[in-house]
Amino acid sequence: MDLNIVWYILVGVLFTGYAVLDGFDLGVGAVYLFAKKDEDRRLFLNSIGPFWDGNEVWLVTGGGALFAAFPEAYATVFSGFYLAFMLLLCCLIFRAVAIEFRSKETWPWWRAMWDVAFSVSSIVASLLIGVAMGNMVVGIPLDADHEFAGTFFGLLNPYSLALGLTTVFLFAMHGTIYLAMKTEGGTQALVRGWIKPLIMVFLFFFFILNLLTLVYQPQIIDIVRERPVILLVGVVTVLMALNVPREFAAGREFLAFLSSCGTMGGLMLLFGISHFPYMVLSMPTPENSLTIYNAASSPKTLMIMLIIATIGVPIVLAYTASIYWIFRGKTKLDSHSY
Amino acid sequence: MDAELLARIQFAFTASFHYLFPPMSIGLGICLVIMEGIWLKTGNILYHNMARYWTRVFALTFAVGVATGIVLEFEFGTNWSTYSRFVGDIFGSALAAEGIFAFFLESGFLAILLFGWNKVGPKMHFFSTCMVAFGSHFSAVWIIVANSWMQTPAGFHLERTVEGVPTILPPGYVLQPSDLGSVRAVVDDFWAVVFCPSSMERLSHVLMAAWMTGAFMVISVSAYYILRGRHLEFAKASMRIGLAVGAFAAVMQLVTGSISAAGVMKNQPVKLAAMEGLFETKEYTPMAIAGYVDEKNEKTTALEIPGLLSFLANGNFKTPVPGLKDLPTDEFIKARHPGVSPQDIPKVRQTYWPDIPAVFQAYHLMISVGVALIGLMVVTWFFWWKGWLFQPDWWASKVLLLLLIFSVLGPQIGNQTGWFTAELGRQPWVVTDLLLISQGVSKVVAANQIVASIIMFMVVYALLFLVFIYLLNKKIQHGPDTEEESLDLPESWKMLAERKGSARN
Ligand code: HDD
Ligand code: HEM
Ligand code: HEM
Repeated sequence: MDLNIVWYILVGVLFTGYAVLDGFDLGVGAVYLFAKKDEDRRLFLNSIGPFWDGNEVWLVTGGGALFAAFPEAYATVFSGFYLAFMLLLCCLIFRAVAIEFRSKETWPWWRAMWDVAFSVSSIVASLLIGVAMGNMVVGIPLDADHEFAGTFFGLLNPYSLALGLTTVFLFAMHGTIYLAMKTEGGTQALVRGWIKPLIMVFLFFFFILNLLTLVYQPQIIDIVRERPVILLVGVVTVLMALNVPREFAAGREFLAFLSSCGTMGGLMLLFGISHFPYMVLSMPTPENSLTIYNAASSPKTLMIMLIIATIGVPIVLAYTASIYWIFRGKTKLDSHSY
Repeated sequence: MDAELLARIQFAFTASFHYLFPPMSIGLGICLVIMEGIWLKTGNILYHNMARYWTRVFALTFAVGVATGIVLEFEFGTNWSTYSRFVGDIFGSALAAEGIFAFFLESGFLAILLFGWNKVGPKMHFFSTCMVAFGSHFSAVWIIVANSWMQTPAGFHLERTVEGVPTILPPGYVLQPSDLGSVRAVVDDFWAVVFCPSSMERLSHVLMAAWMTGAFMVISVSAYYILRGRHLEFAKASMRIGLAVGAFAAVMQLVTGSISAAGVMKNQPVKLAAMEGLFETKEYTPMAIAGYVDEKNEKTTALEIPGLLSFLANGNFKTPVPGLKDLPTDEFIKARHPGVSPQDIPKVRQTYWPDIPAVFQAYHLMISVGVALIGLMVVTWFFWWKGWLFQPDWWASKVLLLLLIFSVLGPQIGNQTGWFTAELGRQPWVVTDLLLISQGVSKVVAANQIVASIIMFMVVYALLFLVFIYLLNKKIQHGPDTEEESLDLPESWKMLAERKGSARN
């Protein structure tokens, strides 16, 4: 296995980490306004309070790793999706400060304002992430210098929009499951009621998305034939999604949440396997695509980065795990809460 | 306006705004470590309340710092994509290292710092505080390394890749416009990148600036309470900590700043000449204290100390320091403009000059602020030593306390003007002597898109800033918890207080 493949996997792991972890707090934002009581909302916010910032660091580090390992891909995607990314950044800013600011005043208009900011920016951020993924799947037009040659509205094609909506519901489902795990009593009963419908809607969109894939991406059939493991991963992913209600019925909330994480990981894996070896697929001019070879940094940098990752990642995982452990159990409000 | 200028404005605005907050977090982090350390050592509940109070302020600055930092991380790709392609091999590693080593550390342990009072014991909490402070220093390390490499690139070679086959270009190769897209900088030696000529001196200067920023916040709020006669015990104790850190950092700021200036003189002579408004090369080169630059007539009128610059550069008062009329050198210009006629050289030379009046003023404002703050510290320490500091009834103490309240602006002005000196002084290069800004800008991003984003950031940041100030003021007006309020201490903490046996002060 060469270094380029290692870094394809590592960047994939970072973005998967981001999807699985920030996915739940974005999802909490998506369903947030459905809770009407102030106390419920505070419980929601405090359930993600210790974690959301760390979760977002997966995105920052993923971006940094992409920059370091595949600078061409970083440059092409971020300049090509300029407006979309500015919008995403705007959402991330509002989310971050809304969580911090919201409970600092008791005025209803103040709280309502930040509540809406938090929820809307969570939903739009999820949508944008999904649309970006969608464009990675269908490919974007690149010229011979690997510069983006399309338009902003070209990014809003039906397939990408469908993937965007799917992502919103996937995150909403994931976040709700997380909330059910972190709350108790009346709040939990409220949240639990949302889970089944969300799973159904998600699976519905997922199904539509697969149909659309067949329409927009007929070449996927060849790819699947060539890499049959895709089918296996796909089936396992759907089974994991279906496993969530089962675990809930049996009262095993933590396993339900793990299943949901597994579903998200499975989806990212599906993407990774079928997309390989492309970093940015160019359509309709595939010869201009960026691959893990022509987008990559020098072998020396990939090696340096691998050393950095080998030292850093285990430490990061160790204390991330300890922090999730320290803040395990049901969320309670106290004088330090938001 | 063209896309290049707009991209620069947008970057400068978002970076400057971001840089209001990290120095507060870094500096407050150090103060928090000291406060909580004293509380652990003495068990005096006063310091516990102090740590909790400043933790809340810290949470506020941190949140805004994070929100605005993420923007910057991606702006290299959005605004400077050609630059990113060119330097990604080197620059990207530093940003990735920042994520892995610094941001995870900060954000992880921040959770314990903010929400962990009831979840972990005092020792673990103190450890988390230290880790957060450590992490924020670490993020300064990596980002300054990245930026310093742009100022004084080292440890790399240029490489041309055609059809996937790289060829190494000789050292000193001059980049041609047609090379963009096929030539890039490739790392030779990672440690030479990290320890590039300017990185360590700038890092020490930036960190001391951050300590000053945090310390003067503590000083300012404490002075306000003392003047108002509120939370006196708390304010006096906070003030002492602030004064210790602030005075140390202010003096170190002069030291590290002088070292930086000597470094600039060696590595970026054009920048130095612009900082000092030095056009002619002449013996007994003076150092300017304050003045103005007449760019049209290439003349600087200033109050100056003769010979000082020569002395700092060469160790004697006579040997001249090169001025802008000789910088960059003729050879440098001929290499980039083959066939340029000797009469045209002065004209061409000017295109390699930064905005001299702006650099000059930014630089001298920073130094004035630095010297003024050192002066303020000397006076304050004298008052403290004499026992006058905490007596707001006397007019002299009152004036001093008022000055201390406003001193919080000093480090912020220093930070901003310092960065303007550093960044404007390196114009027109984005990587010194290697890549021009005009060559680094994103090709596919249109001017109107950048205008849209500038407007968006202006509106959003203005809102953020107002809310930040509002909430900060609210926290200050509310003041620290009283002792009754902190009786909801968890058992493990209470025991500590009792064991040391001094819940009172
Ligand atoms: C509290 C803020 C503050 C204060 C009071 C000072 N500085 Fe500063 N200075 C900075 C904050 C700063 C900074 C924000 O940290 C900069 C900007 C970029 C950098 O590397 O550090 C900087 C840059 C900077 C540079 C440019 C480095 C470069 O371009 O690479 C020089 C030469 C000095 N400083 C020198 C001084 C001197 C002689 C001071 C006299 C006391 C001084 N500074 C006070
Ligand atoms: C946070 C503190 C910083 C501030 C306040 C700041 C300020 C500025 C300013 C005022 C400019 C505009 C110069 C001009 O275009 O005329 C600029 C440009 C730039 N800075 Fe910084 N800067 C900061 C830190 C950094 C760091 C840490 C890096 C790199 C890691 C960096 C990279 C750049 C780049 C790439 C440009 C655009 C090219 C250019 O215009 O020179 N900056 N910055
Ligand atoms: C233009 C260059 C810069 C970039 C790309 C950048 C990037 C970032 C990012 C992405 C974050 C958020 C991290 C998180 O999610 O936890 C952040 C926060 C932070 N940055 Fe920057 N930053 C820049 C300039 C600087 C400089 C010059 C310093 C210090 C000298 C600095 C120090 C910090 C610190 C301490 C934080 C933590 C948040 C806070 O303390 O407010 N950054 N930065």
